[in-house]
Amino acid sequence: MIYDWLYNLTGSEMIAIGIQSLLPLYLFILPFALVAVLLERKVAAHMQDRLGPMRVGYHGLLQTIADILKLLQKEDTVAADIDKKFFDLSPLLVFAGSYAAFAAIPFSGAFMGSNIDLGIIYIIAVTGLVVAGILMGGWASNNKYSLLGAMRAAAQIISFEIPTLLIVITVIMITGTMNLYTMSEWQTGYFWNWLIMGGPDLGITKILFIPLMVISFLIIFLSTLAEVNRTPFDIPEAESEIVAGYHTEYSGMKFAMFFLAEYANMFAVSAIVSALFFGGYQSPFGYLGNLLEISWLIPIEQFFWFTAKGVFFVLVQMWLRWTLPRFRVDQLMSFCWKYLIPISFVILLLVGLITVL
Amino acid sequence: MALKTEEMVLNMGPQHPSTHGVLRLELVIEGEIIKNVTPHIGYLHRCFEKHCEVMTYPQIIPYTDRMDYLASMCNEFGYVVAVERLMGIEVPERVEYIRVIMAELQRIASHLVAIGTYGADIGAFTPFLFCFRDREKILNLFEITCGARLLYNYIWIGGVMHDLHPDFIRLTKEFIKEFRPNLKELNDLLTFNQIFIDRTANVGILPAETAINYGITGPNLRASGVNWDLRINDPYSIYDRFDFKIPVGKGENGTVGDCWNRYYMRILEMEESLKIVEQAINQIPDGDVSSAIPKRVKPPAGQIYSRVENPRGELGYFIVSDGSVNPTRIKVRAPSFVNMVVFGELCKGHMVADVVAILGSIDIVLGEIDR
Amino acid sequence: MKNPEEIFEILKAKFNEVIIELISDKPTESFITVAPLEIDKVCLYLRDKEGLNFKSLMNLSGVDDANGEKIKDENDNEIIQGGTLSVFYHLESIDLKHKVTLKVSTDRENPEVASVEEIWRAADWHEREAYDMFGIKFLNHHNLIRILMPYDWEGGYPLRKDYQNPEFYKGMKVPY
Repeated sequence: MIYDWLYNLTGSEMIAIGIQSLLPLYLFILPFALVAVLLERKVAAHMQDRLGPMRVGYHGLLQTIADILKLLQKEDTVAADIDKKFFDLSPLLVFAGSYAAFAAIPFSGAFMGSNIDLGIIYIIAVTGLVVAGILMGGWASNNKYSLLGAMRAAAQIISFEIPTLLIVITVIMITGTMNLYTMSEWQTGYFWNWLIMGGPDLGITKILFIPLMVISFLIIFLSTLAEVNRTPFDIPEAESEIVAGYHTEYSGMKFAMFFLAEYANMFAVSAIVSALFFGGYQSPFGYLGNLLEISWLIPIEQFFWFTAKGVFFVLVQMWLRWTLPRFRVDQLMSFCWKYLIPISFVILLLVGLITVL
Repeated sequence: MALKTEEMVLNMGPQHPSTHGVLRLELVIEGEIIKNVTPHIGYLHRCFEKHCEVMTYPQIIPYTDRMDYLASMCNEFGYVVAVERLMGIEVPERVEYIRVIMAELQRIASHLVAIGTYGADIGAFTPFLFCFRDREKILNLFEITCGARLLYNYIWIGGVMHDLHPDFIRLTKEFIKEFRPNLKELNDLLTFNQIFIDRTANVGILPAETAINYGITGPNLRASGVNWDLRINDPYSIYDRFDFKIPVGKGENGTVGDCWNRYYMRILEMEESLKIVEQAINQIPDGDVSSAIPKRVKPPAGQIYSRVENPRGELGYFIVSDGSVNPTRIKVRAPSFVNMVVFGELCKGHMVADVVAILGSIDIVLGEIDR
Repeated sequence: MKNPEEIFEILKAKFNEVIIELISDKPTESFITVAPLEIDKVCLYLRDKEGLNFKSLMNLSGVDDANGEKIKDENDNEIIQGGTLSVFYHLESIDLKHKVTLKVSTDRENPEVASVEEIWRAADWHEREAYDMFGIKFLNHHNLIRILMPYDWEGGYPLRKDYQNPEFYKGMKVPY
């Protein structure tokens, strides 16, 4: 484990924890956001018969860096009559919320920010901070579009947390743990041990679980999509209706914080979905490290699989975004309350019955 | 216990991503529900009618381009037809064909913008770029014809500026061949997308009676189930020679006259326009294009109201002449201007997101509303 | 389908003193002149009468006839005194496919015309535009305010032939 290594290196628990908790931020979230922004623009461009950024670097590879430099230099516009304290706090809160979620996500067998036993529940709770941040920003902006956007965001994120939680409880009932690390280890082996394929336990329950788990996966994927405000659920920032929603009034680095948080969030939910249903960091075909008997290769392979799965779901999100139109606010709510929640209740009940049997 | 609620006034525009220009909508909303909408226009007023009074008739043509800047060819066509009727000019056969080809290509281009921006309003951005890709090809055709891509000054009184480019017919045929599959792709991507249908069907329903009373014309009227197209019902130029149908709204996915129908009319009309262009380029005769252009445009004293079917509806020119070289009065009956009146009615009781959907489905161009 | 002469006869029988005359000479399209304060009754009849069915108003247009006396005011600007302003109504029946043009002429100094906005809602913005540009007051219009010009424009009515640009609008210089 990296923690032990850091502890031996520095000789202090505090410093070891401090460095370890900052690692995902510097090694993963920031570089990932840079890549993801470019990826999104390239994916969108190629879906739309155009090339996307081409000028900065080879095929526009340095475009995001140029953008970040631009955002850093930009004036931080502050309108009159805003609530300055909350206005400044809001992007921090939103970013903190999405960053804190990475603490409990296992990046590989050897590294996770913090091995919390409540793992998944902690993630869902801490992402609640994002709602507070958004509401705060929307209200403090003193702008009607921001207010509408913030209200929509709050209603949407809170509603869609219910189906997410129900599915998570279902998964907890099957695996018997809330720790994402244990959950990933439980799905070890090959891809037919993944929860979407019914989990590692053989028998009649495995076959019964498969259809239920496929539906659960769809539900949790859709509702997490709604939680991170991606199309077709990007109602809080629907640019054709309410300009930019809750971050209408933000500029410069504060806007960049929202932006960063959005991409970090995209990866976070993808990672959660893959940890729950697709074995987390586990390889689908066994490890090269086991074959060659090189033990230090395994964590690296695990990290590769974890990133691959996460990026795959991020790509799916992008694909959906550039294909589908946007829902209306009432349709979104009825989709949640009339379809997702009842179906997830039924799944919860069925899984409960099956596990009792 | 009832919570105390308050109505909120939301100013949408003049700078807003989806008001299609500088339109200001004053929305009175309660939560997300629209209580009242007041459109405020005039931000793009360029005194077209006042300008006309001090210009000669041919000088006005470039100014007509700038009204409905997405359908400039059709604007010129309408104006030229009106002046020719007033003066009693017969134009050569070839000119008529060229004009019809241009007007129909322009109709396709204009509808592509309408559909693309509508998709963007609903939240689907990809169809927007697909539409603009195809529109670009039409603009290239216009470019080789007259050198301009948006504001042409191509159709003149009694003729056209100059003859077609030698490659024009070939390139147009190629365009039609490429465009048909693209239209099908667009249908798969947007038109029959379930989310798109949910967003637009049964929203902003405009019954036929109301539509006629409000003077709605063009695709918006036909979407309400009224079979009325000036190209057939009040033929001008040579439209009576072509075989094409008028699509009428049937309410396939909701009610007749809802936003989806208005949108779908434009898809169907593009197909019909393609048919007209195909027939016209196959039948186009040889001949001279400038023989009928008068040296001096001086219509006799009198007045005339002449109208053509623009992509957005009935474009009418009311010209009062006192026998001199400048008109006494030109009033433009701009289709978007008239279509916009009903907007407030349609929005009542819908949500903020629907305002955008309804506005996009009416397909306004502010250059024409404000003139 | 009826031509303007037949429509004129029908109207003549119903509103004898209101209908003034039928003018038809080429190239002018023929039109029927109506008294300004009775136009709403004539229009209502045209819309609802069986066999006429003018359900649709194509266009409504104000015109400055500029037929008054041209005099110089104290600033040596030419202004027109007396004469008339006109409004043209182009009506159409979609089911019967016939058209008719009506004209009203009203006094330039105090232009008042009955509004047809309640008969055809299409007239709403057209009438506001005619008011904005010519200062023709449409009686009983529910919301007769300026439409294209700023709401607080005090410089006069721009499409009148003797219109002079004001020097200043709200402290801003107008001719630039």
